[in-house]
Amino acid sequence: MTLDVALVMKLGGFTLDLAFAAPPGITVLYGRSGSGKTSIINAVAGLARPDAGRITVEGEVLFDSRAGVNMPAHKRRMGCIFQDARLFPHLTVAQNLAYGRWFSKTGPEEARVVEMLGIGPLLARRPGGLSGGERQRVAIGRALMAGPRMLLADEPLAALDEARKAEILPYFERLRDEMGVPVLYVSHSPAEVARLATTVVAIDAGQVVRQGPAADVLGDPQVTPLGPRAAGTVLEARVLAHHKDGLSELDAGGLRLHLPAVRHKEGALLRVHIQAADVMLATHRPQGVSALNVWPARVTELRMGTGPGAIAKLDAGGQVVLARITRRSAEALDLAPGREVFAVLKAVSVAPESVA
Amino acid sequence: MALSLKVAFWATLFALPPGIFVAVALARWRFPGREIVNGLVHLPLVLPPVVTGYLLLMTFGTRGWLGGALAEIGVVFAFRWTGAALAAGIMGFPLLVRAIRLSVEAVDPKLEQAAATLGASRPWVFLTVTLPLILPGVIAGGVLAFAKAMGEFGATITFVSNIPGETQTLPLAVHNFMQVPGAEASAWRLVVVALVVAMGALLLSEWLSRRVAARVAGR
Repeated sequence: MTLDVALVMKLGGFTLDLAFAAPPGITVLYGRSGSGKTSIINAVAGLARPDAGRITVEGEVLFDSRAGVNMPAHKRRMGCIFQDARLFPHLTVAQNLAYGRWFSKTGPEEARVVEMLGIGPLLARRPGGLSGGERQRVAIGRALMAGPRMLLADEPLAALDEARKAEILPYFERLRDEMGVPVLYVSHSPAEVARLATTVVAIDAGQVVRQGPAADVLGDPQVTPLGPRAAGTVLEARVLAHHKDGLSELDAGGLRLHLPAVRHKEGALLRVHIQAADVMLATHRPQGVSALNVWPARVTELRMGTGPGAIAKLDAGGQVVLARITRRSAEALDLAPGREVFAVLKAVSVAPESVA
Repeated sequence: MALSLKVAFWATLFALPPGIFVAVALARWRFPGREIVNGLVHLPLVLPPVVTGYLLLMTFGTRGWLGGALAEIGVVFAFRWTGAALAAGIMGFPLLVRAIRLSVEAVDPKLEQAAATLGASRPWVFLTVTLPLILPGVIAGGVLAFAKAMGEFGATITFVSNIPGETQTLPLAVHNFMQVPGAEASAWRLVVVALVVAMGALLLSEWLSRRVAARVAGR
């Protein structure tokens, strides 16, 4: 199941002109607010009409301006999860869930969806009385139950507070890992991208800046669609041990990581999002320092920003790590590609929501 | 009295489907002549009822351009209770459309989009999402139109005259009794009946709308 999108769309102040492919898994459209991500989702769903282009899924044409094809939304079988849930207020949760199924006549078993999302106790209630997190879970279930070819999630967590986000994120992971439904996911949160994305399509100024596996795209210091502040990398790591003092030890392809206790079992594989701003550089192995993670590394790329900042791309034991430092430091330390350094990361700077 | 109820009932029933259609069209669609349609719908509200009745007579009367054609297929409005219902329906139509249009405008089109992505075609979206959500407005509009139909005087008397048992609705009957010396008691009886019916309709609609509104709000 692959979605191929190529479109030109005139929006308020700029023109969206881009092409990308979404392979199975979760493809995250990553860019700042107002970069046209939602318009892309609407075009794929059939809710907005591009000025030109071609959208196909599994070879079936959903839209083709040259051939004059524009399949109506209700025939596309694209399950949408909106930022504002959009549950039908006049129907119960159970009726909301059954809505799409009634038209498609296919789709997963209700019991399985209800179990996966933990919404059994809500079935008889109406959307008006649900919390934001509950609503969004029901919305995911409603989209799934219609048996869609693909799920389109438009910033599904943006309207929720941090605690609710943490409540919903795991369901998208289960969606990715258990349901096998491909997902096109819009986000401007680096943490969400790091946790969920199989593929990242970075969008800036109406164009695709870069697309590829999450680690590649996020590890490229040239690609900072949200500005250098949000830069960071993703490490795939295995839990080695949980120590008595509340720390967990992980192994990321040879790189030893010490983090505040993660909730995963020993041996579990997980993703850790390390923000570039949390990584410090030293030319000598620091002595008497409180930070627990000190890695020998080599600078592979240095990107000087237009302001006082710079981003250094590091090779630390085969893993890509980004460090955001000042240009003054870069010059003082005489940093340049090839230079051997030590990367320092405070264990506590990695927030629990950055670990999945 | 029973005649009045019958007239008002059929007037409202037949006005509802076109009323909903016109309300949705005015609220949602952009088409040429939209303002003209809007004006036509509201015309009975601002026109003297006698003028409306006269126009109806010209159109649907036995010698009217539509009335003649309809008479051939057995549909006669002139000087029949059906004519009274037609007049009442037309007079109540603007009230109906206004109430429904407001509720259509309050429906979030995003919900209809969501329904479409779940596989519902336009007619199904309307039936399963839009219609249930505008139900409070439909009920409120229906009750208003019904009340207006019960009380309609000018257009009715002009169009179908004042025939006891056929077109003499409650307000026409009250009018009649007022012309006859010594019939004040009869007039008063009818006035009380009118008061009770009107008050009952208002209370019923209030109660119904509140119930449906709560349901639609998802509580």
